[in-house]
Amino acid sequence: MSDESYWFKPPPRARELPMAPVRDEPPPVEITIDGRVLFASSNATILEVCRSIGIDTPTLCYLENLTPVNVCRVCVVELAGSRTLVPACSRRVEAGMVILTDSPRVRLSRRMVLEFLGSSVDLSTAPQAKGYLARYEAAPTRYGPPAPPANARDAREPGHHHAPEGNTSETVAQPTKIDNDLYVRDYSKCILCFKCVEACGTDAQNTFAITVAGRGFDARISTELNVPLPDSACVYCGNCIGVCPTGALMFKSEYDMRKAGTWNEPAQTQTDTICSYCGVGCTLTLHVQDNTIVKVTSPMDVSVTQGHLCIKGRFGFEHVQNRHDEPK
Amino acid sequence: MDLHFHGPDPTPEERAAVDSVLGPAVSAWAGGVRDLNTEGHSTRLGGHEARSRRDLLLPALHAAQNRFGWVPPGAMKYICRRLFVPPAEAHGVATFYHLYSVTPRPLAVVHVCDDIACRIVGGEALCEQLEESHGHDMNAPWRRSPCLGQCERAPAALVIAAGEVLRAGSFTLRNAEGVSAALANPAAQEDVSLDALRRSTPQFGTPGLRLIQRIGRVDPQSLEAYRATRGYEALRKAVALGAEAVIREVTVSKLMGRGGAAFPTGRKWDAVAKAPVRPHYLVCNADESEPGTFKDRLVMEGDPFALVEGMTIAGFATASEKGYLYIRGEYPLAAQRMQSAIDTARAAGLLGKNVMGVNFAFDIEIRRGAGAYICGEETALFNSIEGKRGEPRNKPPFPVHVGLFGKPTAINNVETLVNVPLIIREGGEAFAGIGTSGSTGPKLFCVSGHVERSGLYELPFGPTLRDVISLAGGVRGGKPIRAILLGGAAGVFVGPDKLDMPLTFEGTRAAGATLGSGVIMVFDESVDLADILGRIAGFFRDESCGQCVPCRVGTVRQEELLQRLRAGAPIGSYEAEIALFKEIAQVMRDASICGLGQTAANAIESALITLNPVPRNGSRS
Repeated sequence: MSDESYWFKPPPRARELPMAPVRDEPPPVEITIDGRVLFASSNATILEVCRSIGIDTPTLCYLENLTPVNVCRVCVVELAGSRTLVPACSRRVEAGMVILTDSPRVRLSRRMVLEFLGSSVDLSTAPQAKGYLARYEAAPTRYGPPAPPANARDAREPGHHHAPEGNTSETVAQPTKIDNDLYVRDYSKCILCFKCVEACGTDAQNTFAITVAGRGFDARISTELNVPLPDSACVYCGNCIGVCPTGALMFKSEYDMRKAGTWNEPAQTQTDTICSYCGVGCTLTLHVQDNTIVKVTSPMDVSVTQGHLCIKGRFGFEHVQNRHDEPK
Repeated sequence: MDLHFHGPDPTPEERAAVDSVLGPAVSAWAGGVRDLNTEGHSTRLGGHEARSRRDLLLPALHAAQNRFGWVPPGAMKYICRRLFVPPAEAHGVATFYHLYSVTPRPLAVVHVCDDIACRIVGGEALCEQLEESHGHDMNAPWRRSPCLGQCERAPAALVIAAGEVLRAGSFTLRNAEGVSAALANPAAQEDVSLDALRRSTPQFGTPGLRLIQRIGRVDPQSLEAYRATRGYEALRKAVALGAEAVIREVTVSKLMGRGGAAFPTGRKWDAVAKAPVRPHYLVCNADESEPGTFKDRLVMEGDPFALVEGMTIAGFATASEKGYLYIRGEYPLAAQRMQSAIDTARAAGLLGKNVMGVNFAFDIEIRRGAGAYICGEETALFNSIEGKRGEPRNKPPFPVHVGLFGKPTAINNVETLVNVPLIIREGGEAFAGIGTSGSTGPKLFCVSGHVERSGLYELPFGPTLRDVISLAGGVRGGKPIRAILLGGAAGVFVGPDKLDMPLTFEGTRAAGATLGSGVIMVFDESVDLADILGRIAGFFRDESCGQCVPCRVGTVRQEELLQRLRAGAPIGSYEAEIALFKEIAQVMRDASICGLGQTAANAIESALITLNPVPRNGSRS
């Protein structure tokens, strides 16, 4: 066969790679937001359009790198012709929509949603949510003093509950779950935004270690049969921590420092670097306090990680701190 | 997806129970024995096939629950292996439905209804007695239950006895001893005679009935008897007319959905029939859980072939090859009769590859709910059939475009579908002539509470509330009416001043009320309305799926506020509490994902504003 190749000349290589036929962008549609008439791509959500024109819309369960679940309802806007308010994070714009983002109805719903969360969830490590509460003048204390913490929330079954007295307001307060050395789960701070379940599932990690269990107010994030994390399918990628908006999921290092009163966020520096473990080249953001790494995240706008990491990048920083020159 | 299993392995009994639904495991991949001859050394068998059967998760959980009285961890592990479902997700699904338990329970459990219709005739008192006599922890052989859909024979109970053969039945619970009797002999509790059906339909024998004329008269198990009473005439005519003409007739008839939302059926079918995506699905919503509603149960128990025929016509019109009938878990007899009717129809060539001998394939599969009011919401019902938690989806997209398994789906209530054979037989024009111009056809009313003859009533649209109550014999003992609940827990309370309101979609809307599912529950002056409202608030708190904040927390805050008012301990003043209540109601109505949250405050708000159930001075009522 080698003789043949002597006289056979292959055709010249194509100069340009073939491309898929160009698809028409859907024509932009005309919509009205707060009286401003504008054109927007019909692929965009109301939230994206609002953000593009500088309307600050609050969100809690929304994150750019996850599928919108529209459960927190804090981003609702008023849409002319719609019986109910619509979630801006998942509703796509359609021609002729007339949208109000700051009407009395919108403000009432946002304020009430924030009051409901503020009165039932510990938002002490959720600065964003606390900011929204102040912005909408939410008064979570008007539902009465919080009820004492419940111990058996994880064992609650769907169906009948004990009718409350009404003199206290029920909360999701419960003991913190500390069952491993890497991160803690304090579901007293959980607003049930579903983000961690999404990140553990098909949106990032495909591990499916956690789920929403139970029903109604007793719904909670749980492993199978509520086993401790080391017995579950968890691979400790920590992507659930990365997406948690309230600090319910927290690095053990951060949790311990907060407990000891040494956590000092303003004094921390953030340094981007590339993970040295494998060839993927994930961008790491090292959060450093007093020359010690206290937490690792990844920026969402990096195409390699889109904010997600694995156990090595997220938690494998201890060796950096085994410094011979300054023994700890 | 690399699943991680731990915990105990399934026992042979647990395997057998699950295999009874899923069939034997064919490979080690799916939890069976490794057979090198068929499998080789690869894992090519299993993965995709197992994942495509996710929708069998609920039937498999039912199999374990029905065999052991709970879902043991070994059975759960085996189900997850067979269906390739992550154990955490299966746990999330199993803990969503209140007829499943993931902790040990007695084999036989009596579910005692303490919901509004039963409560006012002694249901609550019975429950309090039972708490004394039988305890109320996990090991107690009884549980409180939300409305069991037996309101015409309240106070009601349902016994479910797990074992190699499942025994279940609904019955009237006359006293606390009835629980022990039911536990001793679960199979003999339900009265399955035609007489029982006649007692539930007091109009029995009245000429001119269209929808319920066969109930109590015709053997529900006999296809011949159904045919002898003009059964299957409509399907024959529909097949001769063609799908487009069927939709035209239904559109002309102006049939509106009878599940509560009153959407024009013709428009729904037309959208599905024209949807380019295939396959199409037809779903019949028989998850009748609205407190006070029992019409669909009686139709399924008394005239199952009518529903099979209605579904077949709907399947023909919408070009669906598969119909799902989702029956709530609390209706064992209805499910049994429907299954028998479907099997008989299939054997007679009325379902299957060539229905009526023509080139039209349609079959019906029954799926059972497992205790969740929210699954009556159409998109939650789809999720439940797909083997997921019954959490409603955001709309749009609407089911006619993206429904069951993401395909175009026509979903109709039982009562809507049993109207269809009537429309086809009589013609759309003639049907539109029944009732009023805005509300056409006959309507079923579930009358219960303090009336002489509670039961299922059929009237052409248009009678006043007074007419229906007097048809039911008037108020028991001739007492004055305190309030009437229209449309169930998601409906509206009206006072006796509204007795002349015409019961039509437009008439109730004009009066600020709703027809809902056709519930008319009458309360005389002996009733403690605040207690009823407390139960409604508790019901919504129990039945919220927990997905969105307005409903998950709003139902809790609503109940707390109501209990404060009842206890005479408002925060601030009574007026301040009412103002707060209105804000809670508003956010639930405006910002909840689905109809449950949007209507969870309606009944309570209507009563608080017009009926003064809680004394303003704050004394304990």
